[in-house]
Amino acid sequence: MNAAAEVTVQNTPLAERHAALGARLIDFAGWLMPVQYRSIIEEHRAVRGRVGLFDLSHMGELFVEGPEAGPALARALVSNPVALRDGRAQYSMICAPDGGVLDDLIVYRLAETRYLVVANASNALLVSDALAERIQGFKAVLDDGSLATGLVAIQGPRSIDVLGPRTDVDLASLRYYAIAEGHVDGIDALVARTGYTGEDGFEVFVDWGRTVDVWDGLLPAVEEAGGLPIGLGARDTLRLEAGMPLYGNELDRTINPFEAGLGRVVKLDKAGDFVGKAALEKAAGAPLSRKLVGLTMEGRGIARHGYPVFAGERRTGTVTSGTQSPTLESAIAMAYVAPGDAEPGTILEVEIREQRIPARVVALPFYDRRNPPADG
Amino acid sequence: MVPTDLRYTKDHEWVRVDGDEATIGITQYAADQLGDIVFVELPAPGKTLDQFATFGVVESVKAVSDLFAPLAGEVTGTNEALTASPELVNGDPYGEGWMLRLRVANHDQLDDLLDPDAYDALVAAG
Repeated sequence: MNAAAEVTVQNTPLAERHAALGARLIDFAGWLMPVQYRSIIEEHRAVRGRVGLFDLSHMGELFVEGPEAGPALARALVSNPVALRDGRAQYSMICAPDGGVLDDLIVYRLAETRYLVVANASNALLVSDALAERIQGFKAVLDDGSLATGLVAIQGPRSIDVLGPRTDVDLASLRYYAIAEGHVDGIDALVARTGYTGEDGFEVFVDWGRTVDVWDGLLPAVEEAGGLPIGLGARDTLRLEAGMPLYGNELDRTINPFEAGLGRVVKLDKAGDFVGKAALEKAAGAPLSRKLVGLTMEGRGIARHGYPVFAGERRTGTVTSGTQSPTLESAIAMAYVAPGDAEPGTILEVEIREQRIPARVVALPFYDRRNPPADG
Repeated sequence: MVPTDLRYTKDHEWVRVDGDEATIGITQYAADQLGDIVFVELPAPGKTLDQFATFGVVESVKAVSDLFAPLAGEVTGTNEALTASPELVNGDPYGEGWMLRLRVANHDQLDDLLDPDAYDALVAAG
């Protein structure tokens, strides 16, 4: 590590805990983060089968408050936060005027006059600046709480059993994509039923300084339930199996939401103008130039980010993410390909180290907890 | 401390020479750094390798790494068990997780490799 990097890398409130657990730490979006504690595969399987605990304190928490907080966000984002009821959440995106995706987000409506927008760590500053600019003229203010708010996720089928006894939030009645104010181990917290793993689970927002107390309470309970602390490595394989996009891979500034298969998130008919509307209206009516698909490898090899995809001799696209799936025990990938090559069942080829390896287009997600693969 | 009967490359391969035959793999340190190994690609027997030439790749869940031949020679065999069980490299890198056998072309090339003390020092220096 060079001196410049040492100056800029930031620690979450749990940095000492990760080091004590023997985590391998990497610089991720300017944050020193655990990529794995012991084994990505073991951590992945712990979340699928039992429960896992994640430090996500690097993510951006942006509070938008004021009598026009909802309309201000409707202007800034492609979704319609005004349509949310109190205590509910929606997946959203913030786009550039040309329709390119600047970040994908979760928007929580805490109250009519108070929203929480959660941004990816890599884009948190950009989103914060864009929101501040876009809400000007509305009776709303932005409070960037990224460095005041810790975030711990507890994910997996046992997460409700682990978190339930430690919180006064009624988890059984907390719906998917809902959020409630309450306490965890007596500490003020926002508890949301959201996640990025394809499993049931919760995300717990707490004061930066109390994050370590929440972690110290939850980790022994997680371990008692057969769970593990989970690093970013397994977070990536879990989200990939669940067919969820990762900003920088499936989404970026040059891709519009329709190409990513996320057109349903764009509310062209909501009241008023929003940033990117004209470009996205045009994109919605035009034929797609590329489409995001799932691939399963039919030959030996693992497709990785950036590998070319061919239909016969024709270059049809590029792999955005790929790994060996710990659940399916086969190589899986997502890729952008020409729309004519996107039909499930189509056999394409991925170029891996100058060899063409056959791959089958499959419907996403690779893994659905309500319809798990036959016992393997 | 690494096994004392082996020689090492700076890229974390090991080689054991027995007469004209060399057996090659990656070190425990390399396997630990890679994490769960899920794929190993090795050359076909008969291929001739130069010293320090790329002979294959090893992939963990997250990363792809090239493998480098510690010595020049002709490939006489590969560890076919790694096709179905690449995790052998994590579990027993100096034994069941071996990768490649070569017919040694030039024994003098052993002098270009690290002895166990030098390799230990390399790993200790991070």
